[in-house]
Amino acid sequence: MALMEPVDLCGIELAHPVINASGTFDAIAARRAFGDALAEQFPFAAFVSKTVTLAPREGNPPPRLWELAAGMINSIGLPNKGLERYLSEDLPELTGLLPVPLVVNVMGFSIDEVAQLVSAFAEREEVAALELNVSCPNVETGLMMGAEPGEVSALLERVRPLTAKPLIVKLTPNATDVAAVARAAEDAGASAISLINTIRGMALDPRSGEPWLGGVTGGISGPAVRAAALAQVYSVSRAVKIPIVGMGGIQSGQNALDLLRSGATVVAVGTESFRDPAAGALVARELAGLAANSDVSFLT
Amino acid sequence: MSERTVAPFGRRAARVLDRRRCGSYVVLRCADPEGPRPQGGQFYMLTAAERWGGGAGERPFLPRAFSVLRARTGPGGTELEFLLEDVGPGTKRLCELGPGDELLLLGPLGAGFEPPAAGRRPLLVGGGVGIAPLAIWQDELGAATPALLGFRDAARAKGAALLHAAVVATDDGSIGHHGLVTELLEAELDSSPAAVVYTCGPPPMLEAVRALCAERSTEAQLALESGMACGFGACFGCVVPTRTGLVRLCIEGPVIDASRLETAIVAGAGH
Repeated sequence: MALMEPVDLCGIELAHPVINASGTFDAIAARRAFGDALAEQFPFAAFVSKTVTLAPREGNPPPRLWELAAGMINSIGLPNKGLERYLSEDLPELTGLLPVPLVVNVMGFSIDEVAQLVSAFAEREEVAALELNVSCPNVETGLMMGAEPGEVSALLERVRPLTAKPLIVKLTPNATDVAAVARAAEDAGASAISLINTIRGMALDPRSGEPWLGGVTGGISGPAVRAAALAQVYSVSRAVKIPIVGMGGIQSGQNALDLLRSGATVVAVGTESFRDPAAGALVARELAGLAANSDVSFLT
Repeated sequence: MSERTVAPFGRRAARVLDRRRCGSYVVLRCADPEGPRPQGGQFYMLTAAERWGGGAGERPFLPRAFSVLRARTGPGGTELEFLLEDVGPGTKRLCELGPGDELLLLGPLGAGFEPPAAGRRPLLVGGGVGIAPLAIWQDELGAATPALLGFRDAARAKGAALLHAAVVATDDGSIGHHGLVTELLEAELDSSPAAVVYTCGPPPMLEAVRALCAERSTEAQLALESGMACGFGACFGCVVPTRTGLVRLCIEGPVIDASRLETAIVAGAGH
């Protein structure tokens, strides 16, 4: 089966299996930097938005970045305009700009907040699917939503009836048993699982010995997390039947192929887009080449 | 606001044509045949095509942001010059490049300098490797545009030759005025107050220039620096504080009008 044939991700038809990881590509800012070339050469088969929260967030104080030998740590803190301005400003602009389906990533600090966000997008035709970022504490229970199977079940049971759109649950790797969380999400009606989010890490300022990042800790991404991503996708794919969006350190077609062979249906490019905004297109091209030159057959 | 020059999508290879030393600095000239002519103050993300991450497992991993020093457009397309100082693993690797080597570049990016309003005299104030965007801006404004440049020592002050008729200050007094470039600026504003100051340099210098201009109600445009991963608004890592909150320097800047700033000190800059 040729990889550049359309891929079905819970009912959304994608031209190829490479999309972006949430928070690693801002199509509106990229339009300012690259003009019309962005839409003409759009590198992903779907566009996943940065996380939208109910209230506006300024994000963490700088510095927000730390470079590693094979990746980086970010402590961005989910800055965004909040739901209201996302709906009135960004959504119309994205709709006019994107040549591919839009997936909106949302995060709430309580189940009620997530429910409000899901409801707000439920009837929006321009939104193909929602991705639920559960890498945050539930302020009502104090537990990380995505770290506990019970938390994820409760969340999905509440929000699943609110929309017919696919709900993709983005799991945190900072959990004891990620496969158990994925199974709970599937049982409660998740349409797909995406993983991995960044792995918690930190850096010290070599001069002062104090934490370098304004947010103290941050998330590790890039090639440094690739092996961890592979292991988690492999494990989750054996625990659930719903599709998996695999991501973590993808820099090449071979890296993407590894995740697909481990059970992902679609892969997402994240940090590599920082080094080259066209990285997603290069990965997709290399992947097609690998598929054409081998007897690779792994899509289900 | 001027319309910014947009970058071709995706990074592209650029052949190094020439590498020359300029005191403590290195000037790299490279061919960018398909690229547009950048505006003064715009920047590029640079990566060495070979031995940049993924090799021995050492940094650098991310590209490095550089304001363009100078641009020429000829029959062979655009040629770009960058001013480098070896201060860390990324700049070290870039400083090693020579003729025939390849850079990967993305750009031009960001918003550059805005021309002065009628009746306002442009004045360039730079420090150290931060003089780079002032050279291309002087090319656009005219060689007679006065430039006040501060350096740590004589080896770095050789960089002053990259601008026309620069007046120099050094911290150690080895060349020019013994002291800070802001002392030169103060004298200049005393004699000719109707100026627009264009400035780039290390954060403490920029902050001193900003504060002095604010005190004199002199218009100023600051080319700031901040650690960047991407350069095109994707990572949200390069935010700087403004009167209206944190903004992404790569998209809103790197040139920011002083009226938007309470300080030119950016956490993590110069790392």
